[in-house]
Amino acid sequence: MCGIAGIIYRNGGGERQVGRDMTAMLQAMKHRGPDSTGFGLYRGTDDSYVMHVKLSEAVEEDADLEQRVQRQRDEIEARMRAAGADIQDIKGTHRTMAIVFGFDGDLKVLADAVERVRHTEVLSLGRSLEIVKDLGDAETVSDEYHLTDFKGTHAIGHARMATESDVDIANAHPYWAYPFPDVAVVHNGQLTNFHEWRRRLTRQGHRFQSDCDSEIIAVYLAEKMSQGKSLEEAMRDSLTELDGVFTYICVTEDALGVAKDMLGAKPLVLYEDDEVVALASEEIAIRQVLDREIETHDPYEGEVKVWSR
Amino acid sequence: MEPVSGEQVNEQPRMDERGLVELDDSIPKVAEIDGTKAQFDAKDMTTRKINAELRWLIYEQGIKDVTVLNPSARHSLGTAILARCRIRFEGSLGYFGCGLIDGPEIHITGRVGWSVAENMMSGVIVVDGNAGSLAGAALRGGDLVVRGDLGARTGIDQKGGTIITLGNAASMTGFMMQRGRQIICGDVGPGLGDSMYDGTIYVGGKVAALGIDCVPGDWTDADTELIGRKFSSYDLGEPPELQKFVCGKKLYNYDSLEPSERKLVL
Repeated sequence: MCGIAGIIYRNGGGERQVGRDMTAMLQAMKHRGPDSTGFGLYRGTDDSYVMHVKLSEAVEEDADLEQRVQRQRDEIEARMRAAGADIQDIKGTHRTMAIVFGFDGDLKVLADAVERVRHTEVLSLGRSLEIVKDLGDAETVSDEYHLTDFKGTHAIGHARMATESDVDIANAHPYWAYPFPDVAVVHNGQLTNFHEWRRRLTRQGHRFQSDCDSEIIAVYLAEKMSQGKSLEEAMRDSLTELDGVFTYICVTEDALGVAKDMLGAKPLVLYEDDEVVALASEEIAIRQVLDREIETHDPYEGEVKVWSR
Repeated sequence: MEPVSGEQVNEQPRMDERGLVELDDSIPKVAEIDGTKAQFDAKDMTTRKINAELRWLIYEQGIKDVTVLNPSARHSLGTAILARCRIRFEGSLGYFGCGLIDGPEIHITGRVGWSVAENMMSGVIVVDGNAGSLAGAALRGGDLVVRGDLGARTGIDQKGGTIITLGNAASMTGFMMQRGRQIICGDVGPGLGDSMYDGTIYVGGKVAALGIDCVPGDWTDADTELIGRKFSSYDLGEPPELQKFVCGKKLYNYDSLEPSERKLVL
């Protein structure tokens, strides 16, 4: 059934501990999806970009894995430098890289160059967005990637119960909207016309890294925005053009939006005031970050709402 | 009020042979009891512990009036209580709150998530805030009163009882309703009364669209009496002007008898 969550601090409230907030929200919804947990965290924007890269799946039976991953690291670094990236910092875990860099070229060309390194997937790319996803519950993933200290303005998260595709990192949410920087989506539901949209978007030059139906939402929205539509307009289009049952949260560098399908088939509870907007599949998640009596409501079918930071 | 001496709460989870956690169903016995009234703070208790405490108070201690503090939107609280008593939740409940009950009068001062009062047989549930989708699903009897708004599919498969909201209701309200009444003071979404078999839906605001075989009904004195009585019982003020909707029975291929009633007719 999956659990999704989002939080955005509004009106220039500055950076907060959104990593800690999202960990608590997703851990409270662990029962909705124990297979994998993903975070889309937005730091304050600066001049540099950050790219998160997956080097190997969570479970791989490759006797040469350690050496292979090291070769991938070296090759990615070399390709980025060759493409003109000014690499400022590299972090990561034994199967991921987080690369901070300066760049003034075409990001799609850079992402494609990195993904041509075998077994490599770019999880996120942007000035603000950082996607971290792995197997296990929220606290497990948060501990491994040291997310509780992450400060930023907004975040989304996903606790996954796999129904349509495999249990692995590639099929975990959030999804970055390749190749559009700083756009990501988490989704609860099933899309029944995703093959149709995937073929259509693939023909337009987009790549898909997973078999998960949710991946097309991110690319679909980003494609609409690249044609000049606002986030809200793109999300409204999705209500009629995407078929199935869904509640999804889409985030950009500055905004967070939510959309519910025309049947209202998937849950969402919303709290909003002048300082913060918090939303989740269950109210119990919102209460992890707002330690007071709050008044919440369920958005109705066909509703689209967007908030800015 | 003095706390009753309780069992020591075991903080370390028990594990079964497979290494899975065995749920601790011991009763906390932490409520402050005063005659037939009791109160306890659920803040640091699990769902299972809260329900175990409630059942212990009502069934074994003869308590008639329980207040639960800090329910904190947890799921499945106050379910399957089959006794006449009063329960007050100071705060909000999560999903499946107060389902499968028969007899209690329950007051929730916050909001409730999906499927409140599912399959209630008798009793009263009053919610001061909003309710999520599927409120009163398969309701058999009793009154569900929501002062805020309702989500989608309110009273789906309703077989009796009354659902009242002072606010709005979302799509497919009264879907496949078979008996009972709904009083929606605000607006309702599309698909009102879709495929309803019987029962009555009153709406005070705008109807986005009627569902299949849901049609306007003729207002009678019995409708006026019912509305007035319910609003008076729950101190809801003056009822708004309401429209009445019923089943058109164009798709009507079934009788409305319970199996036990059918035997009597035969």
